[in-house]
Amino acid sequence: MQIEGEVRIPSGCAISGIMNKKGKAVPGEYIIRSISLMHERSNGLGGGFAAYGIYPEYRDYYALHLFFDSIASKKDTEHFINRHFDVSDAGKIPTRKVPSIKNAPLIWRYFVKPKAARLDQSELDEEEYVVQCVMSVNKKIKGAYVFSSGKNMGTFKGVGYPEDIGDFYRLDEYRGYIWTAHGRFPTNTPGWWGGAHPFSLLDCSIVHNGELSSYQTNRRYLEELGYSCTLQTDTEVITYLLDLLLRKHRLPLDIACSIIAPPFFKDIERMGSNESALYKTLRIIYGKGLMNGPFSIIAAWNNGIMALNDRIKLRSLVAATKDDMLFIASEEAAIRTVCPQPEHIWAPRGSEPVIGRLETGETGFGTVDVKEDKAC
Amino acid sequence: MLSFLQPEFLIQRDKDRCNSCGLCVKQCSFEVHQHDKVKGTVLSDETKCICCHRCVTMCPTRALSVRKNTLAFRRNSNWTVKAVREIYKQAETGGILLSGMGNPEDYPIYWDRIVINASQVTNPPIDPLREPMELKTFLGRKPERVDIDANGNLQVKLPPQLELEAPILFSAMSFGSISFNACKALAMAAAQLGIYYNAGEGGLHKDLYNYSRNTIAQVASGRFGINIEYLNACSAVEIKMGQGAKPGIGGHLPGEKVNEEISKTRMIPVGSDALSPAPHHDIYSIEDLKQLIYLLRETTGYAKPIAVKVAAVNNISSIASGIVRAGADIIVIDGFRGGTGAAPTRIRDNVGIPIEMAVASVDTRLKNEGIRSQVSIIASGSMRNSADIIKAIALGADAVYIATGALIALGCHVCQKCYTGKCSWGIATQNPDLVKRLNPDIGSKRLINLITAWINEIKEFLGGMGINSIDSLRGNRDMLRGIGLNQKELDILGIKTAGE
Repeated sequence: MQIEGEVRIPSGCAISGIMNKKGKAVPGEYIIRSISLMHERSNGLGGGFAAYGIYPEYRDYYALHLFFDSIASKKDTEHFINRHFDVSDAGKIPTRKVPSIKNAPLIWRYFVKPKAARLDQSELDEEEYVVQCVMSVNKKIKGAYVFSSGKNMGTFKGVGYPEDIGDFYRLDEYRGYIWTAHGRFPTNTPGWWGGAHPFSLLDCSIVHNGELSSYQTNRRYLEELGYSCTLQTDTEVITYLLDLLLRKHRLPLDIACSIIAPPFFKDIERMGSNESALYKTLRIIYGKGLMNGPFSIIAAWNNGIMALNDRIKLRSLVAATKDDMLFIASEEAAIRTVCPQPEHIWAPRGSEPVIGRLETGETGFGTVDVKEDKAC
Repeated sequence: MLSFLQPEFLIQRDKDRCNSCGLCVKQCSFEVHQHDKVKGTVLSDETKCICCHRCVTMCPTRALSVRKNTLAFRRNSNWTVKAVREIYKQAETGGILLSGMGNPEDYPIYWDRIVINASQVTNPPIDPLREPMELKTFLGRKPERVDIDANGNLQVKLPPQLELEAPILFSAMSFGSISFNACKALAMAAAQLGIYYNAGEGGLHKDLYNYSRNTIAQVASGRFGINIEYLNACSAVEIKMGQGAKPGIGGHLPGEKVNEEISKTRMIPVGSDALSPAPHHDIYSIEDLKQLIYLLRETTGYAKPIAVKVAAVNNISSIASGIVRAGADIIVIDGFRGGTGAAPTRIRDNVGIPIEMAVASVDTRLKNEGIRSQVSIIASGSMRNSADIIKAIALGADAVYIATGALIALGCHVCQKCYTGKCSWGIATQNPDLVKRLNPDIGSKRLINLITAWINEIKEFLGGMGINSIDSLRGNRDMLRGIGLNQKELDILGIKTAGE
């Protein structure tokens, strides 16, 4: 059977995100409870989480999470890592046995910094160096796959229902100030762990519900600019698009959102002249970056979170706030199960981003006051 | 010399219906019908009939019909009737065979072997009657990125763009090859539709300057009618390097057609032949093209996009890459089915490659070189309907040029005799009596109807695919599947086979 990357697999999904804007750490059980409430939106063929602020002791190191099919691919990869990075610590990612989780690959993590001499030789900036190394492993080493590569964050994913995946990775033992989660409903059975979500690159992680009808247009645009889309998934394309707009082109987040889900021309015509010129120019230059078809996404970085719907809101997405907490989920009930009485709760309009920015530079310290069993 | 050529068509005149009114005599510009003064009836000389249906359409009693002459030749798969007749013709005249319109031969039409996707279950189709559906298209050079300063202001100067309400333009047809009324109908329709038409290589008639905002000026090898006023009046300038109907061949407007008006517009003496050389004599290589592009930029104050039109030939992808690097903003690729007012038949029917293959390979090549998004591609050379347009854009075109389709809307019956100047429908002629048969107001209405219908169909296709902006169709080859194509053809088109 063809695995993800050799074949394109459309899927429906559930997504959820929780953030503490002050950077206080929230236990993993809340996000597990939120995503598991939407059990019916997944079919047991993919689940995953991204957590920020979980590795404060290694905050200056890139945390590489890897799947290996075999000892041989692990050896090859470690050889590669040792050549390109200084490794501070490494080990198996702790898991516990869960009856429904089968056929798990070898799952390891490495806390690394680029080797100074090699980085210097490469004439790349540090982030680009790490990106190229990650892409190199994923493309060239058979049976090895880097599925997380940011600092002080990590993604945890696999084939199974998300609550079982959370249990498997012992996420109840982690604390983070941003959590996102994904439950997948693919339309056929790839059974490959790398194909689950979130998809991440450096500290950017994406969970996504939808099917891009513009997939090939977006993909060819990214390939033209040097990205290689090996997974054939929408989430991969979204991640690279955000990487292009935010990291390479250094555009503000709200501008990036208005490229991915731009205003209609009929609305642009009604804007003031400066605004109208801005959005028209963006559409002219970034027309192939427009993501068409239904989607709801939650993207997260070390410094914040963003949720976005397609232009005509063809997927459900609800957001809520209470105190310093921001909640986003496919369904309102998935928010109320962890925050029964939010201050504000609303359904963002199509192409209207929900942006949560971290209000403090210091992250990952302090703990949210846990009142009974609710997050707030 | 006795002609061996028997008539291709037979006129059937229903004697019960014909009242010998003689309207067919007046209508036939090829002088097929004549009064028989002795009998008081009307006779037909079928050797002259080119099957344009003018008499059939105009006959008030519907007494006329035209049939194919089924005169038998002994069956021969090699020496076909066509092959034999062409030899008779050349033996009788000693001339190069001439034809009008595009290549009619039996080559594969890849459009008809490609099918289009639609959304089911995992992705909802969009109803274009209820939701916005955007066809707005910008043609011109695009910078790779924008810069936005701390105050949210744009820090990028956008090169000039053509803004179209739909990804369709009327392709180059000169005043000379077609009549003033046909030019005017195209200009009026383009203005009302918010699209563009190309004036062709013969300059712009002074009465059409009103529509110059919707006009693309063409600079061809003969440089006819080019002056600074013309270039600056139009919205874009196209350098014509070649044409799909006759790659490697120049143009020839016979002196008989160069009347007072054409003489003024083309800036040549009345009655003189207008010969466009095969090459531009200042462009023998790609670096020369760059100089012409920048000459035109200087002339127009860097305010207009510069397009370069080439015929689809074997090395089209490297040629296109060179054109981008020479600085063109728009590349026009004209496939081997592209139309013409006059071309040597052998050239038209044997030179060039299909537009489907050309546009796919150019798009892929430019993408691989990382320069695709900088330029716009216009595909041309027989877009027969809205489905062809959807397929062309999904294969990588930004927009399409249509010409033959537009002429058919004006009344063209594709009889392929444009080069005779006797077009009975008032399109490809300069004879004032024939020209006035085409009313520009009615003509433009027919064109607007056609394009509006196609726009509505394109929206239905897009909605079905779950797409609400034409931007998301560009290069979206996932939306296409091939039927009955071999693996090599599928690879070049960059599409999968149906069921895959």
